[in-house]
Amino acid sequence: MRLRLPSGRTLVLALPFLWLSLFFLAPFLIVAKIALSEAALGIPPYAPVLRWTDEGVLTVVLNLGNLATLFSDPFYFDAYLRSLRVAAISGLLCLVIGYPMAYAIARAPEHRRNLLLMLVVLPFWTSFLLRVMAWIGLLADNGVINNLLLAAGVISQPIQLLYTDFALYAGIVYCYLPFMVLPLYATLSKFDPVLIEAAADLGARPWRAFLTITLPLSLPGIIAGFMLVFIPAVGEFVIPELLGGPGAQLIGRVLWMEFFTNRDWPMAAALAMVLLLLLVIPIAWFQHMQGRASR
Amino acid sequence: MTPAPTARRRCLLGGLAAVLLTLPPLAAAQAQALNVFNWNDYIDPAVVERFTRETGIAVRYDVFDSLETLEAKLLAGRSGYDIVVPTNEPSFSRLIAAGALQPIDRAQVPNWANLDPVLMKQLETSDPGNRHGAIYLWGTIGLAYNVGRVRELAPDAPTDSWRLLFDPTLARRLAPCGIVMMDSQIDVIPSVLRYLGLNVNSTAEADLRRVEQTLMGIRPHIRTFASGGVIELLASGQACLAFTYSGDAIQAADRAREAGRGVDIRYVAPKEGAQLWFDVLAIPRDAPNPNAAHRFINFLLQPDVMAAITNTVHYPNAVPASKPMVEEAIKNDRNVYPTEEDFARFFTVTAVPQAAERARSRLWARFKAGR
Repeated sequence: MRLRLPSGRTLVLALPFLWLSLFFLAPFLIVAKIALSEAALGIPPYAPVLRWTDEGVLTVVLNLGNLATLFSDPFYFDAYLRSLRVAAISGLLCLVIGYPMAYAIARAPEHRRNLLLMLVVLPFWTSFLLRVMAWIGLLADNGVINNLLLAAGVISQPIQLLYTDFALYAGIVYCYLPFMVLPLYATLSKFDPVLIEAAADLGARPWRAFLTITLPLSLPGIIAGFMLVFIPAVGEFVIPELLGGPGAQLIGRVLWMEFFTNRDWPMAAALAMVLLLLLVIPIAWFQHMQGRASR
Repeated sequence: MTPAPTARRRCLLGGLAAVLLTLPPLAAAQAQALNVFNWNDYIDPAVVERFTRETGIAVRYDVFDSLETLEAKLLAGRSGYDIVVPTNEPSFSRLIAAGALQPIDRAQVPNWANLDPVLMKQLETSDPGNRHGAIYLWGTIGLAYNVGRVRELAPDAPTDSWRLLFDPTLARRLAPCGIVMMDSQIDVIPSVLRYLGLNVNSTAEADLRRVEQTLMGIRPHIRTFASGGVIELLASGQACLAFTYSGDAIQAADRAREAGRGVDIRYVAPKEGAQLWFDVLAIPRDAPNPNAAHRFINFLLQPDVMAAITNTVHYPNAVPASKPMVEEAIKNDRNVYPTEEDFARFFTVTAVPQAAERARSRLWARFKAGR
């Protein structure tokens, strides 16, 4: 009898599964384990979930207190809500700014498109942190923008730009804009302009043609771009920390506080777990939308 | 490590701390090297070079900018460091309780005898018997202010009192020239408790509510929460009043004098009482090279070495024999080396339980948000 080897198809499928279980599922389970343990003073600073008693009995001690606190204390709920709101607004702002950009690139003459696309990704050549720091130089009280406005006589004393919601959104939109433009470009470049001409022939004005033809056809790109901005923006820590006001208690900042200031690893892990679940739902929705779009 | 003598001990830029934590720990494989984890800009670089020259032990010098970073690394285990420099409270005592530090073998540290017994006695509230650490440098937390600007805006203000900052009517008058708050709950809350005449270690809800009321009262007048950079803000005249560490204030005063733009910065440890802190040389339990760590501590406790460090960073040390070698200006500054009379007003704190810590972080978050 011949040993049956797994087919090539199985192997190809097994690889991503292996990857995901190694680098996604396993870390998630570790985080979940910490989330269900009790904080303690020691190395590491939490009590083990699995314990052998003297009689050789394996006992499991689960602490659901952290998750209960998360849902009963409005402090965490507010932080989640604020993070979701900031991420959603950032996503919309990126869409409003990114859509015309992507559209223009897609409609540009072929030989210029690559150059324009390269300009979109050009900022990635510099460190992310450095680019956020550069915004501090622009927005500070004695920064470039205030100095220009002062010199032009528009304002008589510096206006506060740094450490405000404006700075927060400027930072997020600036950093994540390429993630919106690229998927939009990908969909818009496949779009056949003949459809618009046909609409015009049938008497549709440009605006109406855009709303009834271009926009619906570019929906997958819009959703992909929005998700690519929204998902990392929810857990964003560096930008709110460096540019946002002290009032911007986003979930990333709260997580940091639990982990570092309170040294409560289980609580921080519980926060991270819930954050992950919050993100899995929109991703699943996105997959669903994509599946529908491709049908 | 920058050779510039900027003793900005604590820039509490949490974001960077988090980034640092994700970096792989220093390789512990090389047994010969000594891995030091100290506050940023907190040593005379020449001292480290001299240690290597004399002992042949290479030093890998790494810096942290907040106690949170240090504790998180040590509590995760296998940090790979041989020497760490936690502040007595809350970190040093907590690390001892967590079993993260090893007792120091005094037989290997003959220069232990150079330590000031009075200061070491103070440290015993955190480490009974002084088993786990030797004082490296120490100082107080108080107010730094711009003499000219404060006199101009509030000539009648008591510059020797916490009222200068915590009294809302005074804070309102000083707001136009810039008030900077240290973004550190573990440093600010005990001082507010002291100002209110309460127990500095209080975890009582009613006491914390009063702290919050006091802080909220001055919240509208605070220009920024500093995550480092206090020295620069004061020296350049962008801020005229700051809650800060003694050494930072002295650095700011020096730099303002050098700039020669008429900015005169002074430090005061307020009369109601100022928090005294000690940064402690300690050895992690799992240090890869404890022998080198002991030699390093012994090396640092030499009078001439300590004098060089104090001359660089402007914080006092705990080796009295170093004093003759400390520069006159630093030695005679009451804010660096306080008198006995000053000492009577200083207080130390103890670590609070985790639940109380959380209540304090919440309070702090609300204070920063201003709601």
